[in-house]
Amino acid sequence: MSWNRKHLLDIESLTVDEITTVLDTARAFKVVGERAIKKVPALRGKTVVNLFIEPSTRTRISFELAEQRLSADIINFTAEASSLKKGETLKDTARNLEALNADFIVMRHSASGAAHFLSRVLNASVVNAGDGAHEHPTQALLDAFTIRERKGKIAGLNVTILGDILYSRVARSDIWALTKLGARVTLCGPSTLVPKTFEQMGCRVVHNMDEAIRDADIINLLRIQHERQRKTMFPSINEYTQLFGLNKARLAKTKPDALIMHPGPVNRGVEIDSEIADSVHSLILEQVTNGLAVRMAVLYLVNGGKGPQELTGN
Amino acid sequence: MPESTVILDALAIQRALARIAHEIAERNAVGTDVVLIGIPTGGDHLAQRLSKILSGIWNQPVPVGILDVSMHRDDLDQRIAPKVFPTVIPFDVTGKTVVLVDDVLFSGRTTRAAMDALNDFGRPKRIQLAVLIDRGHRELPIKADFVGKNVPTALEEKISLLLVESGASRDEVVLKKK
Repeated sequence: MSWNRKHLLDIESLTVDEITTVLDTARAFKVVGERAIKKVPALRGKTVVNLFIEPSTRTRISFELAEQRLSADIINFTAEASSLKKGETLKDTARNLEALNADFIVMRHSASGAAHFLSRVLNASVVNAGDGAHEHPTQALLDAFTIRERKGKIAGLNVTILGDILYSRVARSDIWALTKLGARVTLCGPSTLVPKTFEQMGCRVVHNMDEAIRDADIINLLRIQHERQRKTMFPSINEYTQLFGLNKARLAKTKPDALIMHPGPVNRGVEIDSEIADSVHSLILEQVTNGLAVRMAVLYLVNGGKGPQELTGN
Repeated sequence: MPESTVILDALAIQRALARIAHEIAERNAVGTDVVLIGIPTGGDHLAQRLSKILSGIWNQPVPVGILDVSMHRDDLDQRIAPKVFPTVIPFDVTGKTVVLVDDVLFSGRTTRAAMDALNDFGRPKRIQLAVLIDRGHRELPIKADFVGKNVPTALEEKISLLLVESGASRDEVVLKKK
């Protein structure tokens, strides 16, 4: 059990012990969500700013509910309705929010490294809710939590991540988290989106779907992110589905207890068949439930140890 | 080198728990109304042991729950976030006499947090407090109903309860001087 970080900026710099601490803490918070009274006072009197410079629905809602369940006060801030449109810099925006005595800033930004930048210029705790194609740490933590809960372990499992790896912060954070925890990670997709350079992160890279999922315990599908691609990285969506879409026939050739994950939003009929997305193999909705518990755990942990480090025993 | 003294050995712990159980039985004539709720770590195992003794006295099972109080502490932003344990209360506390069980009573802040946390699960008829060790230094107006042993301590000393249930080789309560 160890956590004495003020921020959660990435998975890359976390130790196995720190990741495990978040997962263990999240387990207790998940139980809170099943009670009649789902609210605990851990962040009572604290102010959280949700600074979403890039549009997000599910991550923002998940963070917002997590903050409410921890009894924090919340300010929601989106790029469209802010002074960033009027030319204010990110640093000035954040400093203004901090002048209101914000204790936490949860930020989503389209630029890689934006959360690290904020953590250097502010006194508040910064939680990265996704920065460009760099990292999305809470998604990786909730994925690891979901896998551990369903499979009982992570070490030794074969996890295949499929799709748009190149532009995906989820993929990068997942790779860091899962390889640290001892899983064997395979990446698959069109060679333009899954370059061999990812082998440097300790993954296997293959471009044949059947080979990639044959021994997989977990198949994690990623959405094709049209908004991040400058030009078409593959000839057509139709061709992508033909080569890399998960359908019944392909699933039949995998392990019978293989489980399917997806960070959402799901493009039914593109990366996954509608029928499979709703099947017993699918963990998609469990990921959403677990995301809430993991985000509560992260906020709870980064809140600790801000004052004098006195240990009140007993 | 921190100097440590055993203040209760296995036998003394057993005797103290037996006495606490009898006092609980004496105070609460109707056993069916009593439930035990232990505060991790330490208190949950002690609650289990008390339940076993009380079941023998009352000839009926005495329910045991575990209540994690870390999210209700008032010092969360002053220390490294404490480890969170799952809360398991598989019964309704409304209308019951809840005996909170903790290993060491010190500032009283854990007890306050526990009473606060318990509110989320219902409205007990009354709450009583049983502790194995009362070491003094209260910071809140809280007093234990049942005490295994009063141990006058200095603020910087530390008391640890070791139990076989949590992996120790034998039961004992140790006082460490810094």
